[in-house]
Amino acid sequence: MATETAQAAGSTAPASGHEHLRLEDRIWLLRAMLLMRGIEERAMSLYRQGKVPGSFYDGFGQEAVSAGAAFAMAPEDRLCILHRDLAAHLIRGVTPVRILSQYMGRAAGITRGRDGNVHFGDRSLGCVGMVSMLPDMMLVATGMAMAFKLRGERRCALTWFGDGSTSRGDFHEAMNWAGVQKLPVVFILENNQYAYSTPLDKQFAVDPVERAAAYGFTGVTVDGNDAEAMFDATREARQRAIDGRGPTLIEAVTMRMHGHAAHDDMKYVPKEQVEEWRRRDPVERQERRLRELDVDVDALRAEVAAAIDTAATEALAGPMPTPDDVLEGVFCAGEAEPLGDGQAPWSGFAAAGGGA
Amino acid sequence: MAVMTYLQAISAALRDELRADERVLMMGEDIGVFGGAFKVTDGFAAEFGTDRVMDTPLAESAIIGCAVGAAVVGMRPVCEMQFADFISCGFDQLVNVAGKMHYRQGLAVPIVVRLPSGGGFSGGPFHSQNPEALFMHSPGIKVVAPSTAEDAKGLLHAAIHDPNPVCFMEHKHLYRRVKGEVPDGVFETPFSARVARSGSDLVVIAYGAMVDVALAATEDLEGASIEVLDLRSLVPLDEAAILDSVARCSKVVIVDEANMTCAAGAQVAALVAEKAFEDLDGPVVRVATPDVPIPFSPPLEQAVLPGVDRVKEACRELLAY
Repeated sequence: MATETAQAAGSTAPASGHEHLRLEDRIWLLRAMLLMRGIEERAMSLYRQGKVPGSFYDGFGQEAVSAGAAFAMAPEDRLCILHRDLAAHLIRGVTPVRILSQYMGRAAGITRGRDGNVHFGDRSLGCVGMVSMLPDMMLVATGMAMAFKLRGERRCALTWFGDGSTSRGDFHEAMNWAGVQKLPVVFILENNQYAYSTPLDKQFAVDPVERAAAYGFTGVTVDGNDAEAMFDATREARQRAIDGRGPTLIEAVTMRMHGHAAHDDMKYVPKEQVEEWRRRDPVERQERRLRELDVDVDALRAEVAAAIDTAATEALAGPMPTPDDVLEGVFCAGEAEPLGDGQAPWSGFAAAGGGA
Repeated sequence: MAVMTYLQAISAALRDELRADERVLMMGEDIGVFGGAFKVTDGFAAEFGTDRVMDTPLAESAIIGCAVGAAVVGMRPVCEMQFADFISCGFDQLVNVAGKMHYRQGLAVPIVVRLPSGGGFSGGPFHSQNPEALFMHSPGIKVVAPSTAEDAKGLLHAAIHDPNPVCFMEHKHLYRRVKGEVPDGVFETPFSARVARSGSDLVVIAYGAMVDVALAATEDLEGASIEVLDLRSLVPLDEAAILDSVARCSKVVIVDEANMTCAAGAQVAALVAEKAFEDLDGPVVRVATPDVPIPFSPPLEQAVLPGVDRVKEACRELLAY
């Protein structure tokens, strides 16, 4: 089904001013980014009220990277999502109330309080949660892609990682393995200028997108603050993957506009750099596009804000987990439950009779 | 029943699984065309193809990480570390990604990591280690260590069928030295201990290659009745079997080939101290490799690895206590 989906999708040619995105798709992208920003702002406020334990990590300013990329993924594709990529979870179908519950360590959170922050993946939606050792999930995504190829399935795996991750051995091992076996995997390097406090010039001597060629596959650099550009690049990478033409490294150039986590005032970032990137805000950019197409963006904003209010109220009313079963679930006692398919709202999949 | 070496039993289990279940996949360095450094997968590539008996890049972290990815989308990967020592390079993927997956998000990771382990043949510091205790200390990973051909096959079948990450400690020294009758077809050996010889005066608790050492050391110990308990599984650890042996024998010698500190035997000693104190007629005695890297030269290696003489001496002293 994936084959038909993707091939037919290329020929739908919707008339919204974008080759592959209908107006409803372009609105979907904005909605996902507004939701991500709104949920994270609410979570930061809950953190300051002491309701989010530990620390809080957000993706303010990077919303387009996960929104655009995840929007190009089919239901049967599999995703390993990084901590600044909340929009990907939303696009796959995770509800705001479960996300806010997750941040607050509540029973209704995706991990039922067993892991925090964005360390989650809803397996029923085809997502595998990240670990803190970055970029470990590059190898997990590579292994998924290996299985797809072995079984002759036309589907792909996708994962995100940051600029700091390119220094770790697992980056090399995954890039090399994926290149050697020509696997259907999409690697998204989320270059947000800083790994915690470490700037790019202390991380690598050569722009890592150039390394893709050395591993034998395509590397492209994309404006990571443009959700539609991210969608375009990822759609092409996915097509390349399922056509058997190998992996793609997409370098999404963006900026982490907040500190590494809630405690970090990011004094190490020059003010001018922040100001420059503020003018390139990805949410405002998509809003401008849609206003020009006479979309009622204010109504959309109001709808999203109301949804977040409702979710926050519900999440706050939800119970904390009880320690009764804290020792359970270390091992799987029965049959292994498989990953399910995620939501895939892009009209290209629906138009082709895809599973979305 | 057929008589097989320990190595042949492992090969037979893998071959049976590849034939029976198309989800099963072998991943490792030089395991395909070459048939593996120890020839465990000799001939497999010809029968099953190099997609299912995969020569991977020299990248242990990738072997484990890619196995995890393949497992969560429905495969049953069996990874070979060429030597158990090299799992240090895949430690992070095994401990942090595989081991914690089910607890965090309810996602099972059915992978087996075969770890050719142990010393005794001048492998030196990087080809002789017994790293099993590292994984006993890491939640979410099962650890088994057969000492006989039958258990090598049965435990490997059970490990491949298990929905969790399993470290399969296969002792290199036993590969061609141990031979025995192995039942035909696919069978599972439970992850529990086995009484290798029953006795009543003293119990030697061991696993892997140390089971044979324990049996040889206590075969004729001035007529004493010596039990040998083969743990077979370290995670889960068969507490009931250990406590039962201690209750009947009252004297305990625990043998590890691994380095002494925090070895599997240390956990067994702690268990006995906590739960069987009243049953003891003497101190818990441990025999293990001292906390040194395994040296290369034969007289040096023999000086540190527990052998028949050291176990014999430990038993004699404890019997006389």
